[in-house]
Amino acid sequence: MQRHLISAADLTRDDAVLILDTAEEMARVADRPIKKLPTLRGRTVVNLFFEDSTRTRISFEAAEKRLSADVINFTAKGSSVSKGESLKDTAQTLEAMGVDAVVIRHGASGAPYRLATSGWIDAAVINAGDGTHQHPTQALLDAFTMRRRLVGRDEGLGQDLSGRRITLVGDILHSRVARSNVDLLHTLGAEVTLVAPPTLVPVGVESWPCEVSYDLDRTLSKSDAVMLLRVQRERMNAAFFPTEREYSRRYGLDGDRMAKMPEHAIVMHPGPMVRGMEITAEVADSERCTAIEQVTNGVSIRMAVLYLLLGGNEPAATHTRTEEK
Amino acid sequence: MDTEQQKQQYASDARPVLEAPDIARVLTRIAHEIVERAKGAEDVVLLGIPTRGVHLAQRLAVKLQEITDRRIPVGSLDITMYRDDLRMHPPRALARTDIPSDGIDGRLVVLVDDVLFSGRTIRAALDALNDIGRPRAVQLAVLVDRGHRELPIRADYVGKNLPTSLRETVKVQLAEEDGRDTVLLGVKQTSQGGQP
Repeated sequence: MQRHLISAADLTRDDAVLILDTAEEMARVADRPIKKLPTLRGRTVVNLFFEDSTRTRISFEAAEKRLSADVINFTAKGSSVSKGESLKDTAQTLEAMGVDAVVIRHGASGAPYRLATSGWIDAAVINAGDGTHQHPTQALLDAFTMRRRLVGRDEGLGQDLSGRRITLVGDILHSRVARSNVDLLHTLGAEVTLVAPPTLVPVGVESWPCEVSYDLDRTLSKSDAVMLLRVQRERMNAAFFPTEREYSRRYGLDGDRMAKMPEHAIVMHPGPMVRGMEITAEVADSERCTAIEQVTNGVSIRMAVLYLLLGGNEPAATHTRTEEK
Repeated sequence: MDTEQQKQQYASDARPVLEAPDIARVLTRIAHEIVERAKGAEDVVLLGIPTRGVHLAQRLAVKLQEITDRRIPVGSLDITMYRDDLRMHPPRALARTDIPSDGIDGRLVVLVDDVLFSGRTIRAALDALNDIGRPRAVQLAVLVDRGHRELPIRADYVGKNLPTSLRETVKVQLAEEDGRDTVLLGVKQTSQGGQP
């Protein structure tokens, strides 16, 4: 595995399976009365959030604290960034404080890559979402949720998702979750279909390792998992579809549509859900919707990533175990 | 897991000190000792330390059941996250921690491992137990004690005391993992000893 986690596309199949298997062990810690491990004692992790995010930040924070790391939270609002400090200056400040890892969320695609490769800072860099580019831990937690539900908790260990058919529905154009998922699910052997209004399909999608469809009803019956994406109003700078009602009618998931899915198929949503538009309350609250499970699994995945990047002296995680007594 | 090359080196340089019948015999003896000391092994829980300690714990559980006619709970305890040398090696893949459903509170936990060496693994195991529950007492059973302790830890049940030099390696092979039962004593290869 590499030193940083910038993009889901950087992960090999073995890396990804190792992270999922490690997360499965981390999940067991959450079942115990004392949900804490001494693994990252004395390591400092900074959560560097230039863009608002509550759920991703607290998920990382919970993971860091369960591994006993020292956590520093940094939000751009009210910090020197709003006074005009550059990413380089912020990075050098953190370097001077001796941090071991930086979890970065940034509105600009490529900011984590810049931070990891520019030589400003020596710490491991974990991308917690950059612009419309990548959100690798989200893709990992989605794959983890799928593997658990579709393959099984114990049966899934060491397995990938080969042959599973996953459908992503909604705002593909603005979605880093969609990009990360397409990359990771392809690596794990799944067949991915994107469903969206033509205006919300990005240019160059032909080169992605997936199918594209404009018809949700036709793909539902062949899907093992349907993932709904949030329509990102804040990134909508043009009229991408006529009305919310029309979007909802063609691409929203309601009870009738859910009934067309195979018996075992699950409904996923990275959150926050806009009920009534992408998903009806009936579907969101059903047994088949994994939105809440995804939040729980997010902590396990982030613990696994932090352990594999920071747990040793060099971040080259391998499957080998040397026996030392 | 060793590379093919390392396995061959073990095979050519190493000398077996315990063979399959010896291992079966010492495990039977340890099982009897556990029953004797625990006065019937009523509240005993066996926890093996991955990888080979788990297989040994399972074999001990079978023998204890033969002696006491009771099913003895057996689990595994991965201590990777509690090691004190994590920062000296690349991160390793985690093994399985599997605590019997009744838990370990108030029970006599017998930790089972293949080789007792520096004692650091057992220290980590004691820390891990702390986070899982509060046993009535903790005892330690090992197949081989090779000496060179770095911490004040000793085993309650020892299959074989094997005085070694630090230049030597002790390698336990078990049928479940390696295809055969044997304990091999070899000489450390300069570049790849693997022991701290």
